[in-house]
Amino acid sequence: MEALILNFFQWFWNLFGLWDSIWGWFQHLWPLVWSILRIVAILVPLILGVAYLPYFERKVIAFMHVRIGPNRVGPLGLFQPIADGLKLFFKEVLVPTKASKKLFIFGPIVALAPALIAWAVVPFADGWVLADIDAGVLFLLAITSIGIYGIIISGWASNSKYPFLGAMRASAQMISYEIAMGMALVAVLMVSNSLNLSEIVRVQNVGRFADMGLSVLSWNFIPLLPLFLVYLISGVAETNRAPFDVVEGESEIVAGHMIEYSGMAFALFFLAEYANMILVSFLTAIFFLGGWLSPVGFLPDGHHWLALKVSFLLFCFLWFRATFPRYRYDQIMRLGWKVFIPICITWILVVGVWMMSPFNIWK
Amino acid sequence: MGAKDFIGSLFLKELLQGMAVTASYFFKPKITVQYPEDKTPLSPRFRGLHALRRYPNGEERCIACKLCEAVCPAMAITIESAERDDGSRRTTRYDIDLTKCIFCGFCEEACPVDAIVETHIFEYHGETRGDLLYTKQMLLANGDRYEKEIAGNRAIDAKYR
Repeated sequence: MEALILNFFQWFWNLFGLWDSIWGWFQHLWPLVWSILRIVAILVPLILGVAYLPYFERKVIAFMHVRIGPNRVGPLGLFQPIADGLKLFFKEVLVPTKASKKLFIFGPIVALAPALIAWAVVPFADGWVLADIDAGVLFLLAITSIGIYGIIISGWASNSKYPFLGAMRASAQMISYEIAMGMALVAVLMVSNSLNLSEIVRVQNVGRFADMGLSVLSWNFIPLLPLFLVYLISGVAETNRAPFDVVEGESEIVAGHMIEYSGMAFALFFLAEYANMILVSFLTAIFFLGGWLSPVGFLPDGHHWLALKVSFLLFCFLWFRATFPRYRYDQIMRLGWKVFIPICITWILVVGVWMMSPFNIWK
Repeated sequence: MGAKDFIGSLFLKELLQGMAVTASYFFKPKITVQYPEDKTPLSPRFRGLHALRRYPNGEERCIACKLCEAVCPAMAITIESAERDDGSRRTTRYDIDLTKCIFCGFCEEACPVDAIVETHIFEYHGETRGDLLYTKQMLLANGDRYEKEIAGNRAIDAKYR
């Protein structure tokens, strides 16, 4: 791929007969250009996905309500995200008089940035990863926990009561569920013996069932089913989605930390929420559903399998929102601390004993 | 919590049941009425824009008894009356302020001569507040324009009155 694009550059500049004179200094610049090209190749589809996810959310929820959903802007309402985006883009960004101005603008940026940075270590297929680092999981845990600062900062900088309450709720909730998520990953790391995300996917393709051509049965979600559920549900809570959306619970605190925001500043929160949703779906697919692996031996592996699994998980996110009423705040805390963490600890113990026993299936 | 409940909640039994319900609705035919193209049927008793009716010979029905003005709970109707040249009692002013009107239909019920009626016209608007103050001339014009429909609706409803 790299050589192909380099050849394209060579062909392009050769049209003007400039290649030989450029290559002298361009070869030092090439690694940078190549990285930027790969970043763009990840971010552009991501932003498109983020733009269209709300559209699909509205459609899916409408269908579950026996409605039609947006269908006026363009065919099937497909230009709706563009209309929404333009509307937000042309709106004024209001800053409340008594807000802390710098932090107020800084908040949404901090919320969005980690949701984009985390994509650096996400493998889309074998070898298709921006940074194939061995501490990938550690990097993810570190980066994704920064996102909460954006919410706390914006809630504080708004200098208003509902944003502040929303920020308090958000920080308590996200910190609680981060523990459960981290615990769920411990067992994944134990069985895959690596912190590299590509490696975690690869080891899901070994074992008796994978040899029989039934890779689907050797994916992590079967031996680690309780942790898979804990991770998925914690993921919903981490992204502050329904039924864990007390952070922006309309009936209680209007829109939480986003109340005072308008225009593009609000759009950044919106982007961050949906980018995080997509990220959590990707991570769940990678950690538990075998990433890009094909479920059966006779079909080739590839990024389309990952896309399929992620689409299903994203559909589940929307499905949850259409199905469940919002959790009460103390129930959220109880679920996080008194249900998920004990389940994680128990299953880590079970997996540990299992790995030491003669029935170890991960060797 | 018994062992059975514990296993059930651990494997999200009730949550999955709930999700099965929403999933089944996902595939059901949609009941949305796409308004400007499709409209829901209206009852002959539908209470929309007001109109003042006339008799077939062109004489206006209203006799300025002011029952509608009296019964109107929103006090949206203003009537002034005087004796006409032929000695009959007629309104000189009959205003309905549609920004006050709550479309309860009491005026229609109170009217002894079926003069003030509510049509099934509901797609009208005003761009300033004054636009929604309907005068006698405007109400009579409504009556002239929609007389056929008004008479038809009242004929359908007559046997229930």
